[in-house]
Amino acid sequence: MTIYADNAATTRMSQTAIRAMLPYMDQIYGNPSSLHSVGQAAMEALTEARTRVAAALGAASPREITFTSGGSEADNQAIRSVAVWGKRKGKTHIISTAFEHHAVLHTLKKLEKEGFTVTYLDVHENGLVTPEQVEAAITPETCLVTVMYANNEIGTIQPIRQIGAVCRKAGVLFHTDAVQAVGHIPVNVQEDNIDLLSLSAHKFHGPKGVGVLYAKKGVILSNLIEGGAQERGKRAGTENLPGIMGMTAALEEAIRELPETMPRLTQLRDRLIAGLCEIPHGAVNGDLEHRLPGNVSFCFEGIEGESLLLLLDDGGVCASSGSACTSGSLDPSHVLLAIGRPHEVAHGSLRLSLDRDTTAEDVETIIRVTRQVVEQLRAMSPVWRDLTDGKRAFVIE
Amino acid sequence: MALYSDKVMDHFRNPRNVGVIEDADGVGEVGNAKCGDIMKIYLKIRDDRIDDVKFETFGCGSAIASSSMATELIKGRPVSEALKLTNQAVTEALDGLPAHKLHCSVLAEEAIKAAMKDYYDRHGIAYDEHLFPAAHDCEHCGE
Repeated sequence: MTIYADNAATTRMSQTAIRAMLPYMDQIYGNPSSLHSVGQAAMEALTEARTRVAAALGAASPREITFTSGGSEADNQAIRSVAVWGKRKGKTHIISTAFEHHAVLHTLKKLEKEGFTVTYLDVHENGLVTPEQVEAAITPETCLVTVMYANNEIGTIQPIRQIGAVCRKAGVLFHTDAVQAVGHIPVNVQEDNIDLLSLSAHKFHGPKGVGVLYAKKGVILSNLIEGGAQERGKRAGTENLPGIMGMTAALEEAIRELPETMPRLTQLRDRLIAGLCEIPHGAVNGDLEHRLPGNVSFCFEGIEGESLLLLLDDGGVCASSGSACTSGSLDPSHVLLAIGRPHEVAHGSLRLSLDRDTTAEDVETIIRVTRQVVEQLRAMSPVWRDLTDGKRAFVIE
Repeated sequence: MALYSDKVMDHFRNPRNVGVIEDADGVGEVGNAKCGDIMKIYLKIRDDRIDDVKFETFGCGSAIASSSMATELIKGRPVSEALKLTNQAVTEALDGLPAHKLHCSVLAEEAIKAAMKDYYDRHGIAYDEHLFPAAHDCEHCGE
């Protein structure tokens, strides 16, 4: 039997979400932009979905919801939009963190080439930024602060409400990539002082290829995709109505179940962390308290992450790693480097992300298989030999 | 399609010749931990043949499989043949490697050559320097 513990990568769709999508494939299949009755039935559904998503996020109005192809598009559009506005006003400074998702980081890198200055705040060993850091970094030229709600690799949850308050006070727009947070912890755009927020449906048991950009009233959006009047002219292309309906149902379901899933997952997570802590010279990554309920992230010395994942898969456990070999680049995960893990330790990382299907028995299996696989790889590792022979110093005691 | 061929997965799951030769005649280590792969080869040489070979590898699936296959290809062979082992031969014997993993087979070739050179150096055997071009610099970390 396979234990799927890679829910931060993507989730299995919920039956509720699948059922919510089906009618929009063959029954209410119209184009919401069409004037005839078939199209208008689709438009009605779209309007209803927008209202429900707005309510689920605590937005003031459905007009603040723009449907996108997912989290990456929403991140790109949020940052680009504020940059366009900022440039016009002569404000070309942006504040972010060193461990954002690449959808944010790569957009910022491009803006730097276009003349923007970006401050990347230190996320410390625990993977957290403070509102004070943000406040200290704001200048009269700052147009945007973009800080992720929860980190995708190490699961740390940032003090978003307080950071938002700092931004409000300074009159700076605040965007948060909430792809890992929405549906996993309570998120409310008004209470959290958020001006722009990105989310992705497939991270909370909804379909792939659909997401949301929330933009508070008054924030001017610029198009990434031109060509039509959809989404109030801000995102061209016929709406992915089946996806939007599935996302809406999945979002409401995830939020409705939070009071049950959060404490249950937190308990499983803490048991998993405790079990893996028994493996010598391994350490958990990121703060233990301000952490997503389903996230477990470790580094084990003397081994490499890709071989760890392949053997875990053989043992029936699907997980993820931030090693260079799995990141598709020469460097291990920028997130692990940002929290100060040296390269050789970051290569031996393991991320396990649980969901509502995870059982206590699964957790015990994961602990048993991981322990065995780590031992197996260490037994053939010259690095481990050097560490145990004292020729190389342990980084993790 | 799977990431790796069945041959790679077989050598990764059941690596041949893992271990250490305490009284090795030559030892070679290449790669570095910062880049995520290190290979160490131990050779026992008798009558100009690779009498025994063992390896230890820190690295990804293809690094472990490449080490395993390289040791199989030279075990029991005359030294002159072992010296001719190429990364292409390792890759072919593994039924291919993904393009971004070819460097693993290069490391395997270099590890064996480094161990051979160590054997010659230790035993004061003269050799043609051209047989052992400097191991490629890691473009990433400059080491």
